[in-house]
Amino acid sequence: MGKTEEILNQFHQVSRDVLIPMLQAVQDECGYLSEEAIEKIGSHLSLPASKIYGLATFYNQFRFAPTGKFHIQVCNGSACHLDHSISILKELFKHLGIRDGETTRDGMFSLEVLACIGACGQSPVIAINGVYYPKVKAGMIKDILEITKLKSS
Amino acid sequence: MSKSPYTTGLKDVVLEVAIKQPSEYSTGLIRKIELLSRVRVEKPLIMIGLNTSGKIAGGDRIKMAVEEYVSDRKLDVDVSETGAIGLASREPILGVQLPGRTRILFAEIVEEEVPLILDDIFHQIVPKEKFLGQIRHDKLDPWMDVPFLDEIPFFALQNRLLLRDCGIIDPLSIDEYIARGGYRGFLKAIRNYTYEEICSIVLMSGLKGRSGNGFLTGEKWKLAYNTSSDQKYLVCNAEESDPGAFMDRALMEGNPHQLIEGICLASYAIGATKAYIYIRTEYLESIRKLEIAIESAREYGFLGHNIFSSGFNLSISIRKGPGAFVCGEETALLASMEGRRGMPRSKPPYPAERGFHRKPTVINNVETLSNVPHIVVNGPEWFDTLGSGHCTGTKIFSVSGRAKHTGLIEVPMGTSLESVVVDIAGGAREGKKLKGIHIGGPSGCLLPADKLDIPVCFDALKDAGAVLGAGGILVLDEKVCIVDLVTYFMDFMQQQSCGKCIPCREGTLRMSEILNDIIRKPLDDESHSSLDRFKSLMSLEKLADVMRDTSLCGLGQMAPNPLISSLTYFRKEFEDHIFDRNCPSNVCKELRTYYIDVELCTGCTICAKKCPEDAIIGTEKHPYFIVSEKCTGCGICKDVCKFSAVFYN
Amino acid sequence: MMIKIEVNNRTVQARKGETILSALGNCGIHVPTICSMAELSPTGACRMCVVEVEGQEKLVPACSFPVSEWMKIRTHSPRVLRARKTNVELLLSNHPDDCLYCERNGNCELQKLAEDLNVRDRRMRGRKSKLKSDHSGYGIIRDPEKCILCSRCVRVCEEIIGVSTLDFVNRGSNLKIETAMSKPIGFSNCIDCGQCLINCPTGALIEKTEFQNLDHILDDKEKITVVQYTPAVAVSLADEFDLKGNADIKGVMNAALRKIGFDYIFDSSFGGDVVVMEQASEFVERFGKKSNLPMITASCPSFVKYIEEFSPDLISNLTTVKSPHQAMASLIKTWFTKLNHIAPEKVFSVLITTCTASKYEVHSDESLKSGDRDIDAVLSTRELIRLIKLNGIDVNKLETEPSDGPFHATTSAGKLFAVSGGEAEATVRSIYYLIEQKEMPEPRMNKFRGSRDVREVSVETKQGEIRIASVSGLKKAMKILEEIKSGKREYDFIEIMVCPDGCVGGGGQPIPLLESDIRARIRHVYEIDKNETLNAAHKNSAVRKMYEELARAPWSKESKLLLHTEHEEIKVLK
Repeated sequence: MGKTEEILNQFHQVSRDVLIPMLQAVQDECGYLSEEAIEKIGSHLSLPASKIYGLATFYNQFRFAPTGKFHIQVCNGSACHLDHSISILKELFKHLGIRDGETTRDGMFSLEVLACIGACGQSPVIAINGVYYPKVKAGMIKDILEITKLKSS
Repeated sequence: MSKSPYTTGLKDVVLEVAIKQPSEYSTGLIRKIELLSRVRVEKPLIMIGLNTSGKIAGGDRIKMAVEEYVSDRKLDVDVSETGAIGLASREPILGVQLPGRTRILFAEIVEEEVPLILDDIFHQIVPKEKFLGQIRHDKLDPWMDVPFLDEIPFFALQNRLLLRDCGIIDPLSIDEYIARGGYRGFLKAIRNYTYEEICSIVLMSGLKGRSGNGFLTGEKWKLAYNTSSDQKYLVCNAEESDPGAFMDRALMEGNPHQLIEGICLASYAIGATKAYIYIRTEYLESIRKLEIAIESAREYGFLGHNIFSSGFNLSISIRKGPGAFVCGEETALLASMEGRRGMPRSKPPYPAERGFHRKPTVINNVETLSNVPHIVVNGPEWFDTLGSGHCTGTKIFSVSGRAKHTGLIEVPMGTSLESVVVDIAGGAREGKKLKGIHIGGPSGCLLPADKLDIPVCFDALKDAGAVLGAGGILVLDEKVCIVDLVTYFMDFMQQQSCGKCIPCREGTLRMSEILNDIIRKPLDDESHSSLDRFKSLMSLEKLADVMRDTSLCGLGQMAPNPLISSLTYFRKEFEDHIFDRNCPSNVCKELRTYYIDVELCTGCTICAKKCPEDAIIGTEKHPYFIVSEKCTGCGICKDVCKFSAVFYN
Repeated sequence: MMIKIEVNNRTVQARKGETILSALGNCGIHVPTICSMAELSPTGACRMCVVEVEGQEKLVPACSFPVSEWMKIRTHSPRVLRARKTNVELLLSNHPDDCLYCERNGNCELQKLAEDLNVRDRRMRGRKSKLKSDHSGYGIIRDPEKCILCSRCVRVCEEIIGVSTLDFVNRGSNLKIETAMSKPIGFSNCIDCGQCLINCPTGALIEKTEFQNLDHILDDKEKITVVQYTPAVAVSLADEFDLKGNADIKGVMNAALRKIGFDYIFDSSFGGDVVVMEQASEFVERFGKKSNLPMITASCPSFVKYIEEFSPDLISNLTTVKSPHQAMASLIKTWFTKLNHIAPEKVFSVLITTCTASKYEVHSDESLKSGDRDIDAVLSTRELIRLIKLNGIDVNKLETEPSDGPFHATTSAGKLFAVSGGEAEATVRSIYYLIEQKEMPEPRMNKFRGSRDVREVSVETKQGEIRIASVSGLKKAMKILEEIKSGKREYDFIEIMVCPDGCVGGGGQPIPLLESDIRARIRHVYEIDKNETLNAAHKNSAVRKMYEELARAPWSKESKLLLHTEHEEIKVLK
């Protein structure tokens, strides 16, 4: 039995109500939603794949490709915007060569813009694999990326 | 059932506290209550603020340092976590309480300082400069030369009802909550009041929904109560998705049982046996604490079957919202819970009549529900005295941006915005001039500094063309460009619109395009002269009217708010951008066209080397040239030029 | 219960609980709508039907707001008109400006709304969306730039057809309508029924057209151009050219096609008769052996694709006979060419049909297996109308002409294929004849006729009771098939049409497809059956001749080779 089936069998309820929790569980386990997983969930819940895909694209949480080894989240909340989160984002674009929602070709970094991390007192904030960097400045990005890369080797 | 690690094991004592009236408490019980509530401690207590923003500021590292310190020295102390005290700009916060002495709080500490601070305090010395204040208690010895929290302007001018225990208690401990008076309201309700009486009490209290347009909570409940159905639902809306709003999270992380009790009461009032908390997936810390709180409440019998022999059943489950701003809207939230795209539907029928799975469903947000236990315990008349006029109770604001103190501020309804922003939050930081505020999230309004005498109240704000929203306040100083900020909000709305109805989907996109044209150089051949831009601006006002009038849900109806309010109060800034192509606050750098004066340039190459966009070309020793198509107007060339040869217009 | 409401200062009656829109419709006030669809629940998305209701702060959508006693409504106040106009302007502000080149020019709801609301200058300019159009499918082309996101295609695909190929993707300004995993439509589970494009208000969904170089082929002296038209086309042309009084539309159409330049013109209902003969024999065999029952018809190419994609376990239940036009095409390239001494490769065979799925069908693997396509081009009713107009033909002034041999003899059995229930009715007549060796005493069965989506008939024969059902609308059919699988229902023979009401409501029909037009076409088909003495396939002399000269007998080795096909599972993301 594959990973997806195992997750699906953990749900006692078989109805559309559990679709989002199911997708969340599958993504937590696999890192993203593959076409295969969507098809399996669809046949498990008797839902067309288009409806599942349509639903998943509506929400911020779901993705259809794996993230990089390091997933960088940049907060673009109102307080972070005032503190020039855009310039941090641009710096990341420049150093990584990718836009938000993309992954570098070596699979090392992926980039995501969040509406608000909720640490408005520490703005601007970025997070790499869940580790937060409060009060970041654009000039610090290069170093942060270097250190992160070092950690991986 | 195994005992939860988050309770003291004194369940019987704790329940006695909840069931008995305070007048019936014996001296022994009072003594026990003091210990349970940690008003008094028998051994030193160290508390670390481990709310999300406290963690981001380094709270976890502080906790590790404290634990290391304690284990190295084999000290017999309690180390426990707490929520946010509200002063976000000074996190992380560490509290220490020695037996017999008041609790003292330290702010903005780094882990290296932990041993020094603890060394000092265990030797009864107050470490200089790092302290925030101490918590007053008449039976405990105060520290010398340390201000009481209630003397610090940030706290002194607040009236903390919902936030009272946040940052003070251990949010994971149901015992501490009960010892401080928790669950008495719920027990009172299921023992002494009918469903309908609870509805009436809340209606009489005048409690209004704390997010949205201030609908009377009691009225909503009555509608659901009066709709007959075999199943009713209560949904707690914890999808706090306004950027810059974090009051709900603070309540969930600081005092989750207050919310659970509120949910119990609301479910009882409408006769719902199933309650859901629809919460943002990113709120991991809130989810963890709520899960523990629900488990403890179940263990103590506040949830489950036939609760305290009342015949009332209730279960609470958590639904993680996968992230969409529009799911704050009731019908979109329900669609999401039913496993569909979070697109709102037309009302009527209202969810209170036909909601989740077409059954009567009441949806209230976290702050609204957290008020309910206080209303039931203290009575509606008491709640009424807290506010002014039609707005009763208190309101929590999350203040962020350029304020001196950022964080959570709870004031009685009717307090002026000026008092919140200037007196409590301290106005603009670093001595800058306060330009104004933005209140109410992305669909909120901008108000100039001289219009802050408005009282915090749904009606008064509406009269001033503003909205209370969830209560996010963004403080703006003179360095903030209003047009840039409005563009930011419009971009946000344009991405967050569900896209279902035309006025919202297309309207926000058009507005965002026009605003981006105003703050940037024209992006492409569809360039506009300043007259065109001005005409577009005129059409924006008309478009805003239609969006307000025809959009399906509140998101589209309120999306033009930031734009319209700023056109009222900050029109000059728009005109500067449109006619002079100039940003007075120096924020919209992309407006500028930089050029190098050939007479002054020596061809030193420094600007070309530093240009992040490689937009400067030329030959060494000869004048350089800026390719305006590539230039993003960052201004680095001007900063580095030693010969002052770079200019912009 | 009737209540009184006030509309534009006039008191009118309304039913309690109905929506404002329906109440307005009943009192003759027209309010524009985009997203509203008959039979489907309102979404309240387009905001075009907004009206002013006294006491309501905002404008309310008439399509979903219920009336209440003495509600005061204003339907065309300046405030309402401005709102509607602004919303249309918003849609236009980033709509491609190529109306003159658009397939729906002159027949576009957005264009009409702009005209009706007097949109005369461009007050808002939006950036044009730059999305690529999707030509990957055989039947349907999607042009997302022209999509105004009314979701009518999504809802018809989900609620009537049941396949749910399309859904909303993303949100806000990135909202699009796409297939699962954003696959090109040709690689999706689309069954090419074309109901989406029939319901599309703009040119965002159009059919793939094959007549660009048709005039050259018609002009090519080397090519023998033959054309066949399905029975539903003829009856549909009648209302398009206002030929209602004229009984012999077929004759007019023959004349028109000949004027256009086709060398031979055939009526596909001959193919229908052949299909009935084969199907009846196949059924009698299966019924006798009680194997692979119920037998399901395979005349609807969309339905065949559905089974191959979604329910391959039912492939053995499908009849193996080709669809009438494919059977016909096969006979054209064999029997007709032999009789007329024409080399088959010189023949250019055209099909005119009301179906968009036929455009897929002629490309499908089964059709290609023989190496050559039997049908070289498929035109829809819409394309035929365009072709007639292009050639400057005034249909009302044409003398009727007969169609060509050897297929000139037709019966009304083959004609019945145009409507849902018709194929079953026609087949039963021949099944009865095969078993009982006599004509049915009452061959015109009202139980097969009428507007219900499921019709059941049972016929007593010597070999036992035959339980027959005819279903139209795939969503309904899916439910029935499910019930058959679970044993809740039992039938021996089922006719299934994907499009509601069958081929007369097909995706290739003129737009808009009005309910009243469909009813008129159905009436027309039954009128033909009523007036025709030859009302069963086995009475067709030409069909008998075909068997004598070519295929020996129905369900024989020869006929299986010629007139039958195989169905195979297609793997797609469902």
